[in-house]
Amino acid sequence: MVRCLEAEGVPVLFGYPGATIAPFYDSLRASKIRHVLTRTEQGAGHAASGYARISGKPGVCVVTSGPGATNLLTAIATAYSDSIPLVAITGQVATYQLGRDVFQEVDTTGAAAPFTKYSYLVKSAVDLPRVFKEAFHIASTGRKGPVLIDVPVDVQRQAIEFSYPEGVSIRGYKPPHAGHPLQIRKVAEAIRAAKRPLICLGGGAFLSGAVDVVRAFAEKFSLPVVSTLMGVGALPADHPYYYGMLGMTGTTTGNIAIDRSDLLILIGARVGDRAITRPDSVEKTTTVVHIDIDTAEIGKNVGATIPLVGDAAAVVSKLSEMDLEGDRSEWLRELDVHRAKEREKTLAKQSKSGFLNPGAFVRMLCEKLPENSVYVADVGQNQIWSARNFRANGRFLTTGGMGTMGYSIPAAIGAKAAAPDRCVLAVCGDGSFQMSMNELATMRQHGFPIKIAILRNGKLGMVLGIQRTAYGGREFAVDLEGSPDFKLIAEAYGIEYQRVCDMEGAEKAVERMLSSPGGYLLECAIDPEEGVQ
Amino acid sequence: MRSILSVLVENRAGVLARTAGLFARRGYNIESLAVGETEDATVSRMTIVAQGDERIMEQVEKQLNKQIDVIKVRQLNAENSTRRELALIKVNANTKTRGQITDICAIMKAEVVDLSPTTLTIEIADRPERVKQLLNMVEPYGIVEIVRTGMIAMEKGSAAISLPE
Repeated sequence: MVRCLEAEGVPVLFGYPGATIAPFYDSLRASKIRHVLTRTEQGAGHAASGYARISGKPGVCVVTSGPGATNLLTAIATAYSDSIPLVAITGQVATYQLGRDVFQEVDTTGAAAPFTKYSYLVKSAVDLPRVFKEAFHIASTGRKGPVLIDVPVDVQRQAIEFSYPEGVSIRGYKPPHAGHPLQIRKVAEAIRAAKRPLICLGGGAFLSGAVDVVRAFAEKFSLPVVSTLMGVGALPADHPYYYGMLGMTGTTTGNIAIDRSDLLILIGARVGDRAITRPDSVEKTTTVVHIDIDTAEIGKNVGATIPLVGDAAAVVSKLSEMDLEGDRSEWLRELDVHRAKEREKTLAKQSKSGFLNPGAFVRMLCEKLPENSVYVADVGQNQIWSARNFRANGRFLTTGGMGTMGYSIPAAIGAKAAAPDRCVLAVCGDGSFQMSMNELATMRQHGFPIKIAILRNGKLGMVLGIQRTAYGGREFAVDLEGSPDFKLIAEAYGIEYQRVCDMEGAEKAVERMLSSPGGYLLECAIDPEEGVQ
Repeated sequence: MRSILSVLVENRAGVLARTAGLFARRGYNIESLAVGETEDATVSRMTIVAQGDERIMEQVEKQLNKQIDVIKVRQLNAENSTRRELALIKVNANTKTRGQITDICAIMKAEVVDLSPTTLTIEIADRPERVKQLLNMVEPYGIVEIVRTGMIAMEKGSAAISLPE
């Protein structure tokens, strides 16, 4: 197994050992592959996800059977919903004990089936090289996603004549690449005929490596762009053709753009319910072009007028070669007006004294971030404020599909492992911070100088918002009273700390944080009354 | 809408569970499911009969296609395919009713395959609607047990749903 990972060129694993994975760990000692011990298995999965998104290669995590595997499930499901390539290796009880409910036995492949792209239960070591080769191939091609390899402990101990296969041959798996020429022509005609065309980018733009191609395409033909939560950062936020994030928690401009468009070109976006709440109304008024590598996504949430199955980068490159010139200046001017109005409104928003305006804070933070930084937003209000106001020249990571609290710190660790020279920042709330606070030890043990900004309002703000709007203001179980003193937490883990409650102090603190060589905890006071609207 | 899906899959552990899961997670019951080896022992064919609106069935078909272990999926049209189901029916029968039941079997081209002093076991292999008709006919005598294989179906004519080269 270790040699398989070496053959795949895997430089780092995120994991947590246990009895049924002990033979693998024993072999790993002698390998050059780096092992990062996280403080919970879920952290290992999220770290592998952060690593995968920054390196562009599958992230690998390793855990033991039973609770190790079940703790990892949330991270696997998170990666599945965001199409992140992972290879998850789990130990399993010995083959002759399978099904006897022995110590730390669960049906791991069965439990993970609904949210893995594929899974293996390896019954003989002879199969391991083929299984590993296939797993890396499946995880990183087509619509990417997590693949699980469950290996019983006795299989790990078997000795085999090792040879790693050159290629794979899976007859049921032939992911599409180039789009159908006829459909591409139809899309071109639709763009030529449209008065108010609009591109909507999803996470697929990153996954297919289409970011630069799409940007050039939008610029060449003056096409305005909005993004889903997973597509934030695909076009720089200050790009003249970028009009913000769409959806329930998106920008006003982004949503007006969708509403007013007569042609919507979805690229690598599955348009979940948080992105387009009423797909039926969009279908009625707009011609929908849906470009996706997964046939099953087309027509699932929004009915597509022109479906186009294929890799986003390949399809958009072909479209770029066509003649799609047109006068879109009036349409762009209309959107410019909305965007300018919204920007003014955000910046003019006053927060109570003693608190930071979260939107303005995120904008200031982004301005100060060095080139090519990685900004990982957690889940909750912090995510919405971040996504709407992110404008750095770098990557924006978050989990859009599952919305798993506690994602940011372990994912930031994985991102840092993939790009040690880039500045990596995790932004979370005080709720989500406390879900992954244990990973501060991982940062310390393995030397990951992650910068953490906690937007602390003492509440579970998103839930409070729901209770206010949909449950008659009956506030319950959202108060984080009892949370620890974060200054002492930082001290305990040997990380620098600073608390800020006004913009002036925040600017100085951010500068200090970014120039400090080590990890940093910046606590930002946010008014609990501050909503996301 | 009732759909018949003919699915070629890898003959491997776990494939059935993944396939059934696609229906279960959408809250749809599978009406019948028949699985067996094909001319190639590494490949099984599933014939799945399920009820669902068009959008759901289209989604299920696409999700099936996405499965790594699924090699081919085809929706079969009832009119254009030869459909068969095998049923074993154990019916109450005494000296008085035995003759009446065997008459029904003769008309329906069903066969009596087992006999006891109080029951008859009938075998029928026919179109699903004929199986249903036979069940209706023998129901008044008192059905003790029914075992059905679920429908299998094959496209009419020379076209075949076979392994891609």
